[in-house]
Amino acid sequence: MSAGLGAVFMHGNRFRHNLLTALLLAPATAWLVVFLVLPFIAIAVFSVGERAPEGGYQAAFTLAQYANLPARATAFWNTMMLAPVGALACLLVAYPVAYYLALKAPQRWRLILLALVVIPFWTSLLMRTYAWMYILGGRGIPALLAFVGIEDVRLINTPGAVLLGIVYGYLPLMILPIYVSLERLDRRLLEASADLGATPFSTFLGVTLKLSLPGVMTGFSLVMILLLGEYLIPTLLGGGKVFFIGNALVDLFLQSRNWPFGSAIAITLVAVSVVVLIAANRISTRVSGARRVDLI
Amino acid sequence: MTAVPDIEFRGVTKRYGAVTAVSGIDLTVPPSAFVALLGPSGCGKTTCLRMIGGFEQPSEGQVFIRGRDMAGTPPYRRPVNMVFQQYALFPHLDVEANVSYGLRQARPRLSSQEIGRRAGEALEMVRLAGYGGRKIHELSGGQQQRVALARALVNKPAVLLLDEPLAALDKKLRTDMQIELQNLQREIGITFVLVTHDQEEALSMSDFVCVMNGGRIVQLGQPSEIYDEPADLFVADFVGKTNLLSGKVAGHTGDLVNVALADGTVIAARKRTALQKGETVSVSLRPESLSLGATEGSPFKGIVRNRIFLGSTAEYAIEVQGIGTLLAKADHVIGHGNLFKPGEPVAIGFASGTPLAFQETKNNGTNQRVAKNVEIIS
Repeated sequence: MSAGLGAVFMHGNRFRHNLLTALLLAPATAWLVVFLVLPFIAIAVFSVGERAPEGGYQAAFTLAQYANLPARATAFWNTMMLAPVGALACLLVAYPVAYYLALKAPQRWRLILLALVVIPFWTSLLMRTYAWMYILGGRGIPALLAFVGIEDVRLINTPGAVLLGIVYGYLPLMILPIYVSLERLDRRLLEASADLGATPFSTFLGVTLKLSLPGVMTGFSLVMILLLGEYLIPTLLGGGKVFFIGNALVDLFLQSRNWPFGSAIAITLVAVSVVVLIAANRISTRVSGARRVDLI
Repeated sequence: MTAVPDIEFRGVTKRYGAVTAVSGIDLTVPPSAFVALLGPSGCGKTTCLRMIGGFEQPSEGQVFIRGRDMAGTPPYRRPVNMVFQQYALFPHLDVEANVSYGLRQARPRLSSQEIGRRAGEALEMVRLAGYGGRKIHELSGGQQQRVALARALVNKPAVLLLDEPLAALDKKLRTDMQIELQNLQREIGITFVLVTHDQEEALSMSDFVCVMNGGRIVQLGQPSEIYDEPADLFVADFVGKTNLLSGKVAGHTGDLVNVALADGTVIAARKRTALQKGETVSVSLRPESLSLGATEGSPFKGIVRNRIFLGSTAEYAIEVQGIGTLLAKADHVIGHGNLFKPGEPVAIGFASGTPLAFQETKNNGTNQRVAKNVEIIS
């Protein structure tokens, strides 16, 4: 009798527990379905369709759009160059900063310095890129240089300007994950390495760098994936002479209204991003020997 | 000619800002000794070890390793290796790679066969042969401890430093490792310097115990000396269990001092320093120096309050009127039924040794006496 009652009570309790879990998860699930899953399905469906005569989408089932991808090979190629090179440049600048913040900066300054890294993020990237346009443009640094007698320095609309803009814009995204992995690093491991005869440089290569690889890979994948869709910075600071997938997408969806072809490009981009993420995750878990942490 | 000491501290002081962690230490450790630095937390023992390892630089004084002044020598150029607290094994490397880490740093480079052979030997020495391919997180605490030992010993250091190496192990494993470490030290014959706050561990494992308090060496000697002949009240209290009874000096009889306890009992005790008549002193009575039962001239009579039966011995908490609770330890003879029961009245006498009387210090047993130029004679 009492056992039966207990079971009923337990059952009711579990039911209530499940209901609560479902209710709590509902908003996030609904958000994901409406804003991620549904649009993604739409894009996937568009990508096997045809362009309607007056633009937009017309139902069909054809792989013609994918077959047409080589038409935008240059944009793909440029993006495939920009994304890893930009991410690498970001990494080279971010690692020393993160290293200093996590291992060298005095404890009481750490939070302030970290805040300084993040604060520019609170302003729109567009605004900040326009600011760089002004700084690098004719009335910015070149004018200053001319003032001290160095004439005809061209900064804006160069590959260097694009790289600078990218490093500047994405730096916090690279610094933060690396900082976190270095901050978590057990300092006694560095002492153990020194104790075993490793010079500071060997210790850095053999212990610090390897154990911070998960952070490096997270930062690298984050920046690289965002750069795969980047077109603003090259347009504003590079003079818009080089076309990227981002430019192609804006053009295909908003100007020439070839939605199916744009969708095919978008799907390909997503596929590439996923491959990059998985590869980065594999590499970092193998090298750092950490237990698997799945990013996706 | 005497052998060059493995470790020598000359007037070493270490300050962190306004805090003095180690103050004016002189210490000489001869070759092939097992030395324990023993003391409560914050006594400076770990700082001393870290100064040998090169992780801290002395503010004053010098640290010598095998006769060489180590000032300015970074950890990676010192002929010592450390077993870190909680081991600090590299999580991204397997057991073999952890053990061979030091060998890979050697310049000129060692051949990979040489590295493999020596790493294998080291693993065999700590009875972990065949574990080379394991990940660190797959090992138990005791196994990790042995990997840490192998990793340090594989480099054939002049001195092995051990920072609370057994603190993370359970009691049974700790006892096993104590024996293993002792055997290992005798086998390899290099100096081991052990830092511990566990007096039992220090007494049971080492040839010499260096008791530290407040950044200074309070006493240095063989374990039995430290236990039988504590230099002061702090050592008497910190090392082993003891009964400390407060009293006043009533007079002197030869070398002994007569102490009048709170209940009026006068007992004869040995002394460490000159004591004035009327001075307040603490008398240390080891539990095993007390005998229970009807003895001629038993100074105390009390009532058994608690009994802890330990097999070969039994510990009693005995309440003595006017004195407080005394801890006594008595051997148990199998089949004799010589156990006292709680509530039973009992007479307490002295079985062995003469009690020791110490000057009382203001800061609750913490003695600040400077032990200068202490040298171990081996």
